Amino acid sequence: MMRIKTPKKGRIKRELEKRAPKLVETGKKTLILHGTKTSSILNSLLTEIYHLKKNDSVKYSRKNDNIRPFESGGETSLEFYSLKTDCSLFVYGSHSKKRPNNLVLGRTYDHHIYDLVEVGVENFRSMGSFLYDKKLAPRIGSKPFFAFIGEAFESVDELKHLKEILLDLFRGEVVTNLNLAGLDRVYVCTALSSSKIFFSHCALRLKKSGTVVPRMELVEVGPSMDMVVRRHRHPDESLRKESMKTAPELLKKKEKNVVKDAIQGKIGKIYIPDQKVGSVPLANKAKGVKRERREAKMKGEGYKHTQKKQKQDAE
Amino acid sequence: MAEPQYEIDLGNLMAFNPHHHFVSPPSSREEVVKEAIEQGTKLVQAVADALFHLPSTEDPDGPIVGLPAPTTKLPREKPLPKPRPPTKWELFAQKKGIKKCKKEKLVFDEQTGTWKRRHGYDRVNDDNDIPIIEAKSTDEPGKDPFAERRKEKKSKVEKQEKNRLQNLKQAAKVGALPSHVQLAATALPISGTQAMPKKVSKDELQNVAGMAATATASGGKFDKKLPGEKASKHEKKYRKFLPAVEGSGMGALEKQQTEKVLNKLISRNSHEILNVEKAVNMYNVKKEKKQRRQGRESSTSSKLKPNKKSLKKTLKKGSSNKGKSK
Repeated sequence: MMRIKTPKKGRIKRELEKRAPKLVETGKKTLILHGTKTSSILNSLLTEIYHLKKNDSVKYSRKNDNIRPFESGGETSLEFYSLKTDCSLFVYGSHSKKRPNNLVLGRTYDHHIYDLVEVGVENFRSMGSFLYDKKLAPRIGSKPFFAFIGEAFESVDELKHLKEILLDLFRGEVVTNLNLAGLDRVYVCTALSSSKIFFSHCALRLKKSGTVVPRMELVEVGPSMDMVVRRHRHPDESLRKESMKTAPELLKKKEKNVVKDAIQGKIGKIYIPDQKVGSVPLANKAKGVKRERREAKMKGEGYKHTQKKQKQDAE
Repeated sequence: MAEPQYEIDLGNLMAFNPHHHFVSPPSSREEVVKEAIEQGTKLVQAVADALFHLPSTEDPDGPIVGLPAPTTKLPREKPLPKPRPPTKWELFAQKKGIKKCKKEKLVFDEQTGTWKRRHGYDRVNDDNDIPIIEAKSTDEPGKDPFAERRKEKKSKVEKQEKNRLQNLKQAAKVGALPSHVQLAATALPISGTQAMPKKVSKDELQNVAGMAATATASGGKFDKKLPGEKASKHEKKYRKFLPAVEGSGMGALEKQQTEKVLNKLISRNSHEILNVEKAVNMYNVKKEKKQRRQGRESSTSSKLKPNKKSLKKTLKKGSSNKGKSK
């Protein structure tokens, strides 16, 4: 015996519907947490990342000693938190002698670990250490520009992976309409070597230029650091294929046999199959023959054959 | 010099310069930063060029531009939702060609001559409002028509609930249950999980009955058997002992037992794999077969006959695995 359980309150129903899988996805949420030991650098870095993504991130303040993303058993806690907070991106910071200032950026698919990149932070400069005109400060939630510099981002596997994850982490919602007045931040990533990148967050200043396009000026604002890629884990092939699927309804269909012209408007082509003149079955043939036969019988047998033939010719 | 061929992804506002590399290892940190900012400015300018050339609409806050879809594909966070299978009514309506029509909220009530709402307080054609039900010729004298109507309505509601449950079960089978609905089992099986109770076979039941019977203090020996119940297949004794007193014909049992054990021990420890008796028997059998064949085919000369070597492996001393694997 089964019974149907539905939430009694509308608020809960709306929350559940927000968390349900959708055809076109809205922005991903980020979970920021740290492990047993963190350094002061990591602490400030985690809070700054949280401030950069205030709207769609959750920061946990307690230490989590049972989370080890790269070990097989150490991911269960992460997956549980991802399920409870509905976050599909996470940033996990930890500090140890072997891996100082360690940051693990990861993604989940269906609340299971999809892929991970472990990065060491060096030469960190926090937001407060930059001096600039406060009017330029980027607003929370504005859509950022991305600038990736360096051939290593294409040739080195790890940097390619890191580029994808950084894009996913900071991009925010995918929008169709953008207000050009609200563009005020850039994330600049420069590849210094095959395992090290320089990451910086800058504010944009739009200056008047002669044309429609304003001149861009970058002012370093936010946290800047060097990221050294330590370990990384690629997603499972089957999982990757499943996650990259798009809904079939969203694919555009080609409209065939329709031509749109400026002068004539919309013209369509219709193809008519050939008429089969000879092989069309004639419906009343039998009836005509019957009647003819009757008439011929009444008139006499001499007329029968000729009259019949005439009728057929006429048809 | 960096060629101006940047990879631009407008949907993500991203620009990628794949041709840049540091010509000389940068001497100081400031140089790195400066270089990065310079390159960044160029890239952002390129994106902005493309962006500001898109058709824009004017708005009090600023020009609004329609962004194209992003070109870099990023993975989804949740699997694609499966489409809901059509319900039983939807299938029927499709077959019959019944279309949904939008119903008005207010309906004109003939009885009172006013506009009443269709559902809710003070509605049209309310079941409870009927004051008089005229008796039909088919009605029995004892029955209460109002109670009858109420029972009918209740049964209709129950039927509808059952149909709704069936539709949801069908959807759950495909995996397309609506996000706010959960199907919960009302009666849990004994194991305490939400799994469906497995259908038990006859053999399993007999086994379980046997196990339950032997769980008594005396091993189920003195339990009264039900009519039709067969005796347990497993005999109660688990150990075999030799009879204490051996009669005249049974003296060999103990000898057999000890011989068996001894043979096993000796064969395990000896390296002589060759079983002499067996080898002699095999040789004799082969010889007999050969003689028989020779007797049959005595016409052909023995020189032209092929030398038939047996395909079986001959037993070799010491080198085979038989004795050593134990």
